[in-house]
Amino acid sequence: MSTIPQASKIVPQRPWKASRKDRVETGSIFVFAALVSILVVALTPLKGKLAYFVIFAIAYLAIDFVFHLRKAGRPAAVDSFFRGLVTMAILVAVTPILSILATVWIRGHKGLHLSLFTSDMRSNAFTDPVSQGGLIHAIVGTGLLVIFAMIISVPIGILTAVYLTEIRGRFTRPIEFLVQAMSGVPSIVAGLFIYAAILVPLTKTVNGIQGSLALAILMIPTVARTSQEVLKLIPNDLREAGVALGGTQWRSVAIVVVPAARSGLITAMILGVARVAGETAPILLLTGGSGAKNFNMFSGSMGSLPNYIWQAFASGTPEAITRAWAGILVLLVIVIALFSIARFLGNRKVGAK
Amino acid sequence: MSSAQVTERPALPAKREITTRPRFSDRVFRAVVTTGGLSSLVILGLILLFLLINGYDTFHQQGLHFLTSSNWQAVVSDSGKVDTANSHFGIAAMLIGTLILAVIAIAVGVPISVGAAIFLTFYAPPSIKKIMVTAIDLMAAFPSVLFGLWGFFVLESSAEYWAKLLNKFLGWIPFFKLPEPYVSRSPFIAGLVLAIMIIPIVTSISREIFAQTPLDRIQAAYALGGTRFAMLRAVAFPFARSGIVGGVMLGLGRAMGETVAVYTVLNIVYQVNWQILFSAGGNVASMILLKFGEASPYEIKALMAAGLVLFILTLIVNSLANLIVSRTGKSGR
Amino acid sequence: MSINSENNEGEKMETTTTPGSLSAIAAMHVDKKPGSQALGVGLEARGIHAWFGQKHVLSDVSLDFWSGTVTALIGPSGCGKSTFLRTLNRMHEFIPGAAMAGEVLLNGEDIYAPGVDVTKIRLKVGMVFQKPNPFPSMTIAENVLAGLKLAQLKVENKDDLLEECLERAGLWGEVKDRLNTHGGSLSGGQQQRLCIARALAVRPQVLLMDEPCSALDPGSTLRIEETISHLSSSVTIIIVTHNMQQAARVSDYTAFFLSDGGPGQMVEVGSTNDIFSRPKDKRTENYVTGRFG
Repeated sequence: MSTIPQASKIVPQRPWKASRKDRVETGSIFVFAALVSILVVALTPLKGKLAYFVIFAIAYLAIDFVFHLRKAGRPAAVDSFFRGLVTMAILVAVTPILSILATVWIRGHKGLHLSLFTSDMRSNAFTDPVSQGGLIHAIVGTGLLVIFAMIISVPIGILTAVYLTEIRGRFTRPIEFLVQAMSGVPSIVAGLFIYAAILVPLTKTVNGIQGSLALAILMIPTVARTSQEVLKLIPNDLREAGVALGGTQWRSVAIVVVPAARSGLITAMILGVARVAGETAPILLLTGGSGAKNFNMFSGSMGSLPNYIWQAFASGTPEAITRAWAGILVLLVIVIALFSIARFLGNRKVGAK
Repeated sequence: MSSAQVTERPALPAKREITTRPRFSDRVFRAVVTTGGLSSLVILGLILLFLLINGYDTFHQQGLHFLTSSNWQAVVSDSGKVDTANSHFGIAAMLIGTLILAVIAIAVGVPISVGAAIFLTFYAPPSIKKIMVTAIDLMAAFPSVLFGLWGFFVLESSAEYWAKLLNKFLGWIPFFKLPEPYVSRSPFIAGLVLAIMIIPIVTSISREIFAQTPLDRIQAAYALGGTRFAMLRAVAFPFARSGIVGGVMLGLGRAMGETVAVYTVLNIVYQVNWQILFSAGGNVASMILLKFGEASPYEIKALMAAGLVLFILTLIVNSLANLIVSRTGKSGR
Repeated sequence: MSINSENNEGEKMETTTTPGSLSAIAAMHVDKKPGSQALGVGLEARGIHAWFGQKHVLSDVSLDFWSGTVTALIGPSGCGKSTFLRTLNRMHEFIPGAAMAGEVLLNGEDIYAPGVDVTKIRLKVGMVFQKPNPFPSMTIAENVLAGLKLAQLKVENKDDLLEECLERAGLWGEVKDRLNTHGGSLSGGQQQRLCIARALAVRPQVLLMDEPCSALDPGSTLRIEETISHLSSSVTIIIVTHNMQQAARVSDYTAFFLSDGGPGQMVEVGSTNDIFSRPKDKRTENYVTGRFG
């Protein structure tokens, strides 16, 4: 029980991390599997990207399994095999994202030009050369549709969240359940509902506000659930402090709880907007697709980005398809921007000023 | 010990009820918030009501045939009046199509999603995990029209090749037979697009559930000499099983209600088609969108009825899913 | 030796455990040192350091554990004794940012050497945790045999092993009629003994116990202590405890850990009797007499 004399400074080590030898081994298996896949593709009728991937995957898993079986026995080999499987699962899951982003950029940027953001499609067809016309009407339309959807859904969504976290009455469980059920309503059903409830009996024609109502239905659950998560994070002593100071519950919620959750509630709002900005099916039923700017939500056909993309896609000529991809690019940039803002706000500490 | 001698215990004093009559402002506040909270109930109720009102005629005339037959004919006589006797509406083909697409989406999407969730929870180094989680969450925000166009222009060409391979090697399975050599815009390809669309939701729910696996059980498994896989099998899978089933059902609900992406990718043909590689299929949602453009008010009622069926179907699937997910969350501890 | 420990128990049951009588309790425990040394050193820690991120939490601990003895690690919270315990079967490395230095020799071989299969180490050095953690999805029998399934070990007669492990953990009599019910139905103390049985089923050479009684009531604690006494003849036991009476009752050797704000260190180690009645270090004396901690 003697202590070893300390000659020099002791350095922290992580002997459990993969050593140089381990990494070389893994690398060799990888390279070996890649060679096998290249060979097989070259020598057999199996061809194509898929062939490379599948043969590589099988070869890697097999070689890795045999290697670990000989080195450390069956449990280790099975463990390593499973690690290979889940790694491939994540690669397969992420590949479409990369493919989608790349596709949208490659096909969409050709259709980008400055007049896209200054002119509309009032006097142009989708089949016209790409340099003519633009989608400012669609941006205006989508902006209006989303703003009105927000005006309707955000108060309802936040009130629902406040009910679920602050009042906690006897309807709490059923409402929580219904909000979740509502998040599964297919967008086409929301469109049909507004069609049946407003367009058929009342307006008998398309207009913007109908679209906003349908989008609001799709937005409420997102806003309500995200807000609820945020309000749950507000520490209880903050509420009690509000009430203990002699405030009514109303004041406690309005002056203490909601301001403390402000950035989180904004996040909820933005996530809701990102959820519906590209929603297409109800728009197609309810708002029409004017090529001109329309600032009146309550009358007249209202263009929108999803509708622009849809019409361009349906027109089918190369020019129109390029327009569709340019429209998608604009829409995607908006969605990613909203998503990033929501992420940024959401990552900040709740209650922080 | 005087208390021991008391034979009869004195009656307990009656409980005082602690009541504070809320102030007026609070009562207004509670009323407003409760009204807001009940809005989801109201909206769901209204959806049900209006679709029922509008679809009632169709249900009344077609009866059960609406669900069991695959005949969709809106006959309009020369005078422009609707010929109700000869019009037939049945959505069986589209219901089966919905089921086929959803099953393909689940069969392809779920193993990938669960595998990805396991990788993210138990294998990924923190930096990679953060990037991957952000990417997958972002994917959940992609609009469905984007998935549709990507499926049509990009996935299609690869998937046709895969479809031919499947037919070549697994053609003896009835599902993979081809009556004619047309493999473009098939249910198989639409199902793949749906599979990709449900990856974000199934992955994130599975990940949340795996992350709740009790640490003490994980440590117990490792301390008994288990490898990571052995730990997953003994601890994480039994713990997460039912929650993942819930997540899968949420994905199923998504896949069943998808409209635009299916409409874009799939060649919608009004017939029952079990041969998933063949270029014909459809689902209820996309059929509604397809027929809506040229439908007469009479036919629109039938579409409303179809919408009601879809609504109830997704409501049931989603409710079951949420029930299962929330149960698992509770038993988590 | 087993006769000795049984005799001790009878006495221990009647002993009142006031803080002042720690040395008395320790004195009652038969010192196993002479007999045990013949069995040799099973596990040796050589200059162990541990870090969490940049924080140096344990500095230069060297300690030998004789086969067939019970060693108690005592000390105030945050002194690094649990961390030290977890370096002994490589459970330390599960904490993100963890690092270590030094070596741990099991039968003369460093368990941190490159190429060592960590799962094999954990089969030889078992562990029982603070909170009972049976697998809720498994029955009592499956729980006991879980280690075999986890490590894919083959065994000739599972029923014999099951009975033997439960017997050694002192649980057989209580559960033999309901082996196929779920472990969650047991009391906290029974669950902990189930966890001990589970750890024994893979036949470990060393058993680490991280405050195994801290979540249990006094009655269950006593049963666990009896179990430890029974086991000590066949398994080397290292137990972390906050409870000094427990250390005095069950252990042959005691090591006292302390942190003076910096990394935790081992202040003193010796036979339990010595530590509680004749501590060499002033700080040990202050601690065992209850002046701090």
